Amino acid sequence: MIHSRDVNLWYGRKQVLFDVTLDILANCTTSLIGPSGCGKTSFLRCINRMNDIIHSCRVSGEIRVGGIEVYSPKTDVVMLRKKVGMVFQVPNPFPKSIYENVAYGPMIHGKNDRRKLDAVVERSLREAALWDEVKDDLQKSAMELSGGQKQRLCIARALSIEPEVLLMDEPCSALDPIATAKIEDLINKLKEKYTVVIVTHNIQQAARISDYTAYFYLGKIIEFGKTSEMFEKPKEKSTEMYLTGRFG
Amino acid sequence: MNRKHMQWLAFTLLKLCALMVVAVLFVIIFDIASKGAGAISWEFLTEAPKNHMTQGGIFPAIWGTLLLSIGAILLAFPTGVLTAIYLTEYSAQSRTIIFIDAAITNLAGVPSIVFGLFGFALFVAFFGFGASMLAGSLTLALMVLPIIIKTSEEALLSVPHSFREASLALGATKWQTVRHSVLPYAVPGLLTGLILGVSRAAGETAPILFTAAAYFLPSLPSSVFDQTMALPYHLYILSTQSFNLKATEHLQYGTALVLLGLVLALNLAAIIVRSHFRRKYRW
Amino acid sequence: MGQKKLSERAIEWGASAVAHASILIIALIFLFLFAEGYKIFAYDDPLHIFFGTDWQPTSQNPRYEMLALIVGSLVVTLGAMLIAIPLGVGCAIYLSEIAPPHLAEILKPIIEILAGIPSVVLGFFALVVLAPLISLAFGVPSGLTALNGALILAVMILPTIETISEDALRAVPKGFREASFAMGATHWETIRHVAVPAAMPGITVAILLGFGRAIGETMVVLMATGNASIMPTGLLDPVRAMTSTIASEMGEVAQGSAHYFALFMVGCILFAISFAVNLAASMIVKRGQNS
Repeated sequence: MIHSRDVNLWYGRKQVLFDVTLDILANCTTSLIGPSGCGKTSFLRCINRMNDIIHSCRVSGEIRVGGIEVYSPKTDVVMLRKKVGMVFQVPNPFPKSIYENVAYGPMIHGKNDRRKLDAVVERSLREAALWDEVKDDLQKSAMELSGGQKQRLCIARALSIEPEVLLMDEPCSALDPIATAKIEDLINKLKEKYTVVIVTHNIQQAARISDYTAYFYLGKIIEFGKTSEMFEKPKEKSTEMYLTGRFG
Repeated sequence: MNRKHMQWLAFTLLKLCALMVVAVLFVIIFDIASKGAGAISWEFLTEAPKNHMTQGGIFPAIWGTLLLSIGAILLAFPTGVLTAIYLTEYSAQSRTIIFIDAAITNLAGVPSIVFGLFGFALFVAFFGFGASMLAGSLTLALMVLPIIIKTSEEALLSVPHSFREASLALGATKWQTVRHSVLPYAVPGLLTGLILGVSRAAGETAPILFTAAAYFLPSLPSSVFDQTMALPYHLYILSTQSFNLKATEHLQYGTALVLLGLVLALNLAAIIVRSHFRRKYRW
Repeated sequence: MGQKKLSERAIEWGASAVAHASILIIALIFLFLFAEGYKIFAYDDPLHIFFGTDWQPTSQNPRYEMLALIVGSLVVTLGAMLIAIPLGVGCAIYLSEIAPPHLAEILKPIIEILAGIPSVVLGFFALVVLAPLISLAFGVPSGLTALNGALILAVMILPTIETISEDALRAVPKGFREASFAMGATHWETIRHVAVPAAMPGITVAILLGFGRAIGETMVVLMATGNASIMPTGLLDPVRAMTSTIASEMGEVAQGSAHYFALFMVGCILFAISFAVNLAASMIVKRGQNS
């Protein structure tokens, strides 16, 4: 689904990613792990070109998502981001109603029919396992939800435009254990329909939810493989040290 | 003198400074309000000056000031907000920002009389608008532009970055993001800038001295190319050039009170808008 | 940037054009003032114009020497600074360091309101209330003097100096003060030796901008100082500032006359002063950001 070839990335003069080559399979969950500052989030933000916002950022190499050549000058960033949804580290709903939050995406893409929007909102909230908690009060401000609900709302918002890929940047780092467990259950369901790439600093979380894991260290991929295999028998010394908690 | 006494002395002096500032404000406002209140009546607010401005009201001046400041804000607000949007949301090269920023800071410091001179040279003489509401509004617009830009920039920057990211990640374009996920939350701040701009434009005299203001006009302006009377200029004329300064003192105080009331009400509105929304929006 | 929609590009271009207009405006102001102003040099040489004291533009043998006006502006401005700096900075120290928060919250809008009073109203107050008091107190025939202008101008720039100084003081990290307290310094010693020195660049900017505000102010000086274009010898003399000269004479000059050019040259001087003041202030701000 996602193929990355020799991706290098600089912030100003500082190189953050070195020759990252990675193949991510469709309808799987892939975790990107590694100590902080290892480039995992930078790589994630390459996939939907969110790094474009940072002016000093330069990228070389090749990334393909489905058929889209991500960094080709012909690529329409808007179409790319429609295909690749994203959920951020800190839940960031707009200070609008729950309904408006989910309807925002379809609306900017030109869907204005109320009945169709209603259907999208319901489907997205159901997929994000939030529907039952909020269905009677869709006009309530999103700011009144709990932290975990906010993050599931953000997931629903990302799903509303029917992406193929869902990028998650440490989605549980601001949440308590119960809310985290709910989101992890959700991720396990989501991969039936979507390709999920998740950055996490929580090794147990990577083990619980992902099919594949990529271990980043100092901007390079040290090891990539099936999560079960990597956690049982890491091939590299550095991976083993990280997984056993000797640094990070 | 021991350290405790030293501190007591210093603090007392500092407290006196603060007290002085407050006292000055109250003395000025009290003087103008108490002596001006007697002059205020329905006729004063709705009639034109009579008998060489020794009797009658100030309606044409109020009307002119309203038109001039609304004209100025109609020109300066869209321009200022658009500039702020460019500076906070679009401009990529930092060198451009530095130059534009320096220009805006300098514009904010240009003396108001210099704006008057420039407005005369460019709008009245060069473009041939003559002394007119158009020339006056344009000149005032240039003067309030930096205020609008600065307050708008602050308002836009106070909208969390995560709103922009969330919107862009959904495939919204830059403008859609600004339009739907940034501007709506900056509205209170933009509104504060708008009100402050109107208040500043309404209170200024020097920029309109030679670009718009008339000593006395028998009728209200009927087009943007007409001259107009204006409150601040009217107060200046009444208090310095009248035939009989003592006899018109109540008119002077009345005019001062109306102008002061108008400008302070606007400032108060800006303060209220700002603190109200600061309490309402917490993200 | 890929195939951006045309409307998106139009908006970006439009915003960019409008933003760059600020640079254009500043350039135009300079251009127009200078283009008219420099023509005065055809009537007299710069040495006389800037350093002569004879401003008699409407006499039979007109003179356009500006030193008396420049000195007039400076006397009133410096007088105002002398009053406004201690009051403004003192008030800022009180509000940021000593006053209980709820009191500071009440005083803040009061100072904003003071800043909002139109200058013509302050000028009017100086004319009808302050001037008679000064005449009475000092036994001078008219209270419309440099002192009167300085007093009311001080009121006018107080909020500028207060606000910027207060911001500077509030930006001083709390750790500095705690370190001082921990060594047994009193509250006042901490303010004097730690907080104020640390906020000094900001206070300097406040003073500079206050100066720029004062020297550029028109209506207050025009109405309060008596407008005699002679070299002042003391604070109780009437003076005439650069700004009030433009304000009172511009209405009556013929376009394209020497007098007209002279007034634009006065405008050039004012513009240059405001430019220099802003430049100095932003250099101080920038140095603060770098360290």
